[in-house]
Amino acid sequence: MALLQISEPGQSTKPHERRLAAGIDLGTTNSLVASVRSSLADTLPSETGEHLLPSVVHYLADGEVMVGAAAKAQASQDPLNTIASIKRLMGRGLGDIKHLGSRLPYEFTQTDSSVPRIKTVAGDKSPVEVSADILRVLKRRAEQTLGGELDGVVITVPAYFDDAQRQATKDAGKLAGLNVLRLLNEPTAAAVAYGLDRSNEGVIAVYDLGGGTFDISILRLNKGIFEVMSTGGDTALGGDDFDLAIANWIMQQAGVSDDAGHGLLRRLMSEACAAKEALTSSDSASLNIELENGKTWRGELSRAQLNQLIDPLIQKTIVACRRALRDAQISTDEVQAVVMVGGSTRVPRVREKIGEFFAQPPLVDIDPDKVVAIGAALQADVLAGNKPDDEMLLLDVTPLSLGLETMGGLVEKIIPRNTTIPVARAQDFTTYKDGQTAMTIHVLQGERELVSDCRSLGRFSLHEIPPMVAGAARIRVTFQVDADGLLSVTAQEETTGKQASIQIKPSYGLTDSEIENMLRDSIDYAKDDVEARNLREQQVEADRVIDALQIALQKDGDMLTESEVKAIESALLHLQKVRQGDDHRAIKKAIDVLNTASTEFAARRMNKTIKQALAGHQLKEFE
Amino acid sequence: MNGGTSTNYFEIFGLPVDFEIDSQLLAEHYRELQKTVHPDRYANASERDRRMSVLQAADINEAFHTLKSPLKRARYLLQTKGVIFDDEKETTIDPDFLVEQMELREALTDVNSSADAFAELNDIMQDIAKRIAHMLDEYNDCIKMGELQKAKAIVQKLQFLEKLKIESEILEEELANAI
Repeated sequence: MALLQISEPGQSTKPHERRLAAGIDLGTTNSLVASVRSSLADTLPSETGEHLLPSVVHYLADGEVMVGAAAKAQASQDPLNTIASIKRLMGRGLGDIKHLGSRLPYEFTQTDSSVPRIKTVAGDKSPVEVSADILRVLKRRAEQTLGGELDGVVITVPAYFDDAQRQATKDAGKLAGLNVLRLLNEPTAAAVAYGLDRSNEGVIAVYDLGGGTFDISILRLNKGIFEVMSTGGDTALGGDDFDLAIANWIMQQAGVSDDAGHGLLRRLMSEACAAKEALTSSDSASLNIELENGKTWRGELSRAQLNQLIDPLIQKTIVACRRALRDAQISTDEVQAVVMVGGSTRVPRVREKIGEFFAQPPLVDIDPDKVVAIGAALQADVLAGNKPDDEMLLLDVTPLSLGLETMGGLVEKIIPRNTTIPVARAQDFTTYKDGQTAMTIHVLQGERELVSDCRSLGRFSLHEIPPMVAGAARIRVTFQVDADGLLSVTAQEETTGKQASIQIKPSYGLTDSEIENMLRDSIDYAKDDVEARNLREQQVEADRVIDALQIALQKDGDMLTESEVKAIESALLHLQKVRQGDDHRAIKKAIDVLNTASTEFAARRMNKTIKQALAGHQLKEFE
Repeated sequence: MNGGTSTNYFEIFGLPVDFEIDSQLLAEHYRELQKTVHPDRYANASERDRRMSVLQAADINEAFHTLKSPLKRARYLLQTKGVIFDDEKETTIDPDFLVEQMELREALTDVNSSADAFAELNDIMQDIAKRIAHMLDEYNDCIKMGELQKAKAIVQKLQFLEKLKIESEILEEELANAI
């Protein structure tokens, strides 16, 4: 019997063409870039040998932008123009920011846009722009080290990031001129870094306590597949909160009032952070604070006192661990390994408490600051197509439930939290009044029942519903979440076959035109005009389409009738011809024509791939 | 299904159309399929192919999670046999069952005022789990005998219990958070 073929994945990468790829950990406190070189993944150092790039951006009046340690050094002298912990503001509205606490030492501009802008001497900056400034430095570092332009990157995000926060991160990548292959959840990246080295099989918990965010994820590893079973956490809990707890304690001890100036608050925070770090290895730390009256306050913080201050915060993380285990339907004794990620897991009390909870010592072999970037680099290498035989696949989940507003301010959940992505789910709705011709769809994210307790992702209206009696129209709303965890919502009226589809943009995100404007304004694109960039983008896409189709025709041309082949070939020839020109609109049109001509072919091929995947499998089983 | 696969969920995974399934084999075949269709396998493909792979991967996820959950599988199996569920209009009418439900619900509400709320809640959760397991057995017998309407009535009852189970889990979380 002839062996059944198993077709290769749908990649058209030519052999021996190594693509430059990198993994980026865009952190609250520090950021890193890593890459796979000579089959080893490691973080890339700066010219001065530093791997960690402090996520701090300093803006100067002449338009110069400083990023990293040099920027951090300016923090206490020029706090208003030195932006730190910008990740906390990604995808947030002004209302959220007030919630984050009164201690953010920046001035915000009131604008019509829902995106907050920070006032600096170099102009108003949105969190996306500040993040893009950090990403540009990492991009430059990677390109200098690797000796060429990056083909693609994987950027990590906390698993708990909602849609708006993910979209903002992807926008920042785009703004920095990066081709973002995937947004990868940080815990999954950490598991990849550990898993590949150890060829682990079984259930692992990833405990990730960074500067500003906390994630817990439960994953199952099986033959190269990393399946996230559940994830949970807190987007506003991290080592910064440890510092804040210590700083508040110092304020009490030193008699500093709540309305202290920005400069003193900065000094308090940095002294608190230094004390926390010192207590990692010693039992007490001495404190020295220069007060506003010019006097110096001296004190001491013991490890026991520190533990007492941070225990309630650690307890909050344990509650989240318990919930994640329950969502995964796993008990603590089934967990085979606990991976520690994030600088805050260096705090001995954290290791102690988490070890106690999972009844085993947590894994700390890989530097907790680097582990996420290393995992992202490994995934970027696979996605770029450098390892066509690699079996690794990462199956992530939605961190929060997605739903719609229904009558009475209630939320109807369409996709519950911890659903494996990609996912597409549809629900039918109908009209409320006779002759109703429009309907507003309000998209929400969160676990609570009331609209007011969930996060609004956006609203859109479906117009031109044919007038009918109440309850007769059938409006199908489809939620689709892609592999990056990004949501798109479409709605269509079904009874008449009339289709009206709308893509949703998060309320707190930037609009396409805002991004376009930023691209226009940014230094990287100053000499470059938008037309030229559009042309390049369309040419790249045209090459992809042509390449993929030629390979497909060669392999599976026999699935088509002669006239079908002719139709595809003529569209293909047309695209090849237009591709030589410089009209990006014409290229886009030719791509669309070719795509339409070959859609049926692509669908047949994919069905064949699916059938063969199992056919090959069953053959193995029955041998 | 909107990705072009018109086969039923059992066929997608090469499994016999039956309530009793080999869950190990289901998981294995699921992974095998995701390895071929997942969008990460199409990271360098054309946009159209990437969109198609998102839809296919979503379909396979939906199929997998439907078959993995006993309740969803029970309901889906009946649908493949032509049984129609109209959740808006039909509810179970078995009065004994409804009384039981009310009692369970009351017990759940009373947990908060109990001396050992966790132990109390744990008992209720175990009770619900036992009832669900018992009804799934009953359902399986009905399927074997070809008594589809009876099986449908059981699925409707199971949906009640499932809601109660979710509510008890939410309550557990609230209790844990309150500590």
